[in-house]
Amino acid sequence: MALRYEDVIAKYEPVLGLEVHVELGTNSKMFCGCNTIFGAAPNTQTCPVCLGLPGALPVVNAKAIEYTIAIGLALNCSIAPFSRFARKNYFYPDMPKNFQTSQYDEPICSNGYLDVSIDTDEGPREFRIEIERVHMEEDTGKSLHMGGATGRIHGAEYSLLDYNRAGIPLVEIVTKIVPGTGKYAPEVARAYVTELRDILRGLGVSDVKMEQGSLRCDANVSLRPIGSTTLGTRSETKNVNSLRSVERAVRGEMIRHAELLDAGKKVVQETRHFHEDTGLTTPGRSKEQAEDYRYFPEPDLVPVAPDTTWIEEIRSRLPEKPSVRRRRLQETWQVPDKEMAAMINADVLDLVEATVQLGADPTRARGWWLGEIARIANEKEVSAGELPITPTDVNEIVSLISLGELTDKLARQVVEGVISGEGRPKEIIDRRGIKVVSDDSALMSAIEKAIAAQPDVAEKVRGGHIPAAGALIGAVMKETKGQADAAKVRELLLKHLGQG
Amino acid sequence: MINRSAAEMAASLADGSLTSVELTKAHLDRIALVDSKVKAFLHVDTEGALAQAEAVDKKRQAGEKLSPLAGIPLALKDVLVQKGIPTTCGSKMLEGWRPPYDSTVVARLKANDIVILGKTNMDEFAMGSSTENSAYGPTHNPWDLTRIPGGSGGGSSAALAAFEAPLAIGTDTGGSIRQPAAVTGTVGVKPTYGGVSRYGLIAFSSSLDQAGPCARTVLDAAYLHEAIGGHDPMDSTSINAPVPSVVAAAKNGNVKGMKIGVIKELQGDGYQPGVLKRFNESLEILASLGAEIVEVSCKHFDYALAAYYLIAPSECSSNLARFDAMRYGMRVGSGSAEEVMNATRQAGFGREVKRRIILGTYALSSGYYDAYYGSAQKVRTLISQDFASAFEKADVLVSPTAPTTAFKIGEKANDPIAMYLNDIATIPTNLAGIAGMSLPSGLADEDQLPTGFQIMAPAMKDDRMYQVGSALEAALLSKWGKPILANTPKLEP
Repeated sequence: MALRYEDVIAKYEPVLGLEVHVELGTNSKMFCGCNTIFGAAPNTQTCPVCLGLPGALPVVNAKAIEYTIAIGLALNCSIAPFSRFARKNYFYPDMPKNFQTSQYDEPICSNGYLDVSIDTDEGPREFRIEIERVHMEEDTGKSLHMGGATGRIHGAEYSLLDYNRAGIPLVEIVTKIVPGTGKYAPEVARAYVTELRDILRGLGVSDVKMEQGSLRCDANVSLRPIGSTTLGTRSETKNVNSLRSVERAVRGEMIRHAELLDAGKKVVQETRHFHEDTGLTTPGRSKEQAEDYRYFPEPDLVPVAPDTTWIEEIRSRLPEKPSVRRRRLQETWQVPDKEMAAMINADVLDLVEATVQLGADPTRARGWWLGEIARIANEKEVSAGELPITPTDVNEIVSLISLGELTDKLARQVVEGVISGEGRPKEIIDRRGIKVVSDDSALMSAIEKAIAAQPDVAEKVRGGHIPAAGALIGAVMKETKGQADAAKVRELLLKHLGQG
Repeated sequence: MINRSAAEMAASLADGSLTSVELTKAHLDRIALVDSKVKAFLHVDTEGALAQAEAVDKKRQAGEKLSPLAGIPLALKDVLVQKGIPTTCGSKMLEGWRPPYDSTVVARLKANDIVILGKTNMDEFAMGSSTENSAYGPTHNPWDLTRIPGGSGGGSSAALAAFEAPLAIGTDTGGSIRQPAAVTGTVGVKPTYGGVSRYGLIAFSSSLDQAGPCARTVLDAAYLHEAIGGHDPMDSTSINAPVPSVVAAAKNGNVKGMKIGVIKELQGDGYQPGVLKRFNESLEILASLGAEIVEVSCKHFDYALAAYYLIAPSECSSNLARFDAMRYGMRVGSGSAEEVMNATRQAGFGREVKRRIILGTYALSSGYYDAYYGSAQKVRTLISQDFASAFEKADVLVSPTAPTTAFKIGEKANDPIAMYLNDIATIPTNLAGIAGMSLPSGLADEDQLPTGFQIMAPAMKDDRMYQVGSALEAALLSKWGKPILANTPKLEP
């Protein structure tokens, strides 16, 4: 019988620590000129440097440094005037040099913070997450274990190695320990990763796609009895591939730890893997025998010593912070808190803004993205942004409605057509022959037909009982296959029955 | 024609009295004749060399403007990768590997139309002072085939002394260009760290490794230095500044008014009397040419060897981690990747390489890092400071290059410390990243074997040592009446 979350938080205080890895969106790798395109054929984006061939040497990608400094500045960090790369030594086949070039005791950015806000029963609440460090490193290649049942190395007959990812620039953002979130720990963790993702996206330094691994989160969780000041033993959960999973993983680990502690058992300090399907974690490698990585300064690279004028130039180009931007949009668009939260949760704020920038009315744009489109996204279990409908499409649809060329009902058909890949709105309208019937004579004949079919209803309307007209309007709409403008039908009908 | 200097050969090529094909063939013939005794080469690229020679002859006929060394043959130390040519680093680990790219040094040699004859023998992964650590057997000193030619670049220096090539490339991590030059009666230069690109130089110790020219005269070395030197965007540690004008300095050869500092700590105990005698004689010659001889002290040099044997193994333990059988080179064993890695590294590396990997792994381990690697880095800083204050008193610093003349093959093979002491005078230069040169100072009285005179210059002041070196070389030549290598025994049957 699993412990209830309420029982966990009644007894224990969770302490978080979050490590986020971000693949930078540079055109070339961290230390060589190879391409970084996702999904290319295996080992086609490699060279002597990222394959670690004998004699090859790294050269730092200046763009990666610029991006990292921008991240540091956006997270209120101080930027080191002098920092070095180090070698992290360990043997693994997907690491071509058998050391990872990383930063160790001299990160380029340190001591920052990020404020995140969550919705609570008592209204919005803000938490400050302190940032320990932001540092650069290179990604490893990928191993594919073949011939086994599980795709894991155990039981595999052989492994294939793809070094396309080897040397892609990674930035690791590490928080200090985060106490004091209490029962909101899972939401705070999610809000932090969300806010961080939005900042990174705003900076344009990464495509921040958790499902493709360009943003990865490791969640460290420990519990201590409420009132205690010593830290409990932590577990580090990896493989958390969505914002929702961040929240689930933290909650799941809190419950798992509490069950162990309640039973008088010890939490093992270890890496754990999160499983999307069950929401549970399983043990990875134990950290009881800490590996000795024999870090030492990378002798093949000169230190990174960014010039202060360069740092200031990067600072001056920083975009608006997501929190500031949200406040600005909410005020300009006059959106109620609940609607704003709904847009953020559905992750459609960028899409709505883009639609508005194209000229659409904010309320209408929001209505489509949060309404019909979000509904279809939910049905398909994807995010609205992943559907093949763009702000340009939505803007076009909204404008056709206001021109009277589409009704809301017809527009829903168009949206559905765009999403199912039939083409752009105009193409769908043409192909499906969708058009608002606005020809008065065509409508009049449908109206007369409806009156003839329901003479008693028509009589009621003539007698002044206006609400009865609904049945006749419905019949007209049915007759015109929904292509008539209902308001127009109503106007003509009432006039015809002497109520206009 | 093979006994001439590269500059003389170049003059004959330029005036049309000689073609590069003729010159290359003459050296290939010489290699065929004597290399079974000397064993300087691991691989001879007859076809490639002749193709290069033909191409440069054609360019010359077409009236193209060529570089000073165009058409001159050269021997390449097997630590530098050359596209498509077997590159072993003297190790079984890389047997059969053909690199898919050119090192920057090779690219520049090719751009200068210098003809690459083949790859020369070396201590495995450049670790050693005798070339006995090569997995392919030792190279023999042309002065006495029972003796070592120095190391790690013994193959390159022996090739010069045996007239198998007029020019060679070496690499110097703790003396691997200069000590072989000293014991073979040739010239070897370790440029300022960062003066020649390390891209494509298979790393032993990244912060110490430096490729440089080997030749039979100071001027030849200068020409080669200018051909391979200069900034390379592929090497982050390469210095972004023009190559010092070493050819002009070698042609200048005037030491009047220059201050030459003799390092007190690099003489005396442990130095063979015959080596010291030739060293002092050279000092007298320089004084007679108008140089001022001053004595300087570098107090921390006593710790240099110890610091070197922590830093170099530490870096090598990491640099050599990539040899794991996964992507290229040797592969033995079966089972998991880890088992194959273990078995291959066990079988592929020789004893000295393993010794240094173990030393370095230990020195970098958590709990030992500060005491070993950390302390060694502090010594390194102190040695740089010693040099800086010595260079306030002198334009160049000098010492014997190696404490002894060439020893017998096998003599020190089982005594690593005795072997390491060979580099006691050359190591400080690498630790400080400054420039060093060795040129012949004559034969030791007791064994009639070559001795070396070392000149050190501040970073990017490499020209100074060429200036002093060419002055001393000219004076010694007129004293001896013939080049030192004219005394080598006949090698041909």
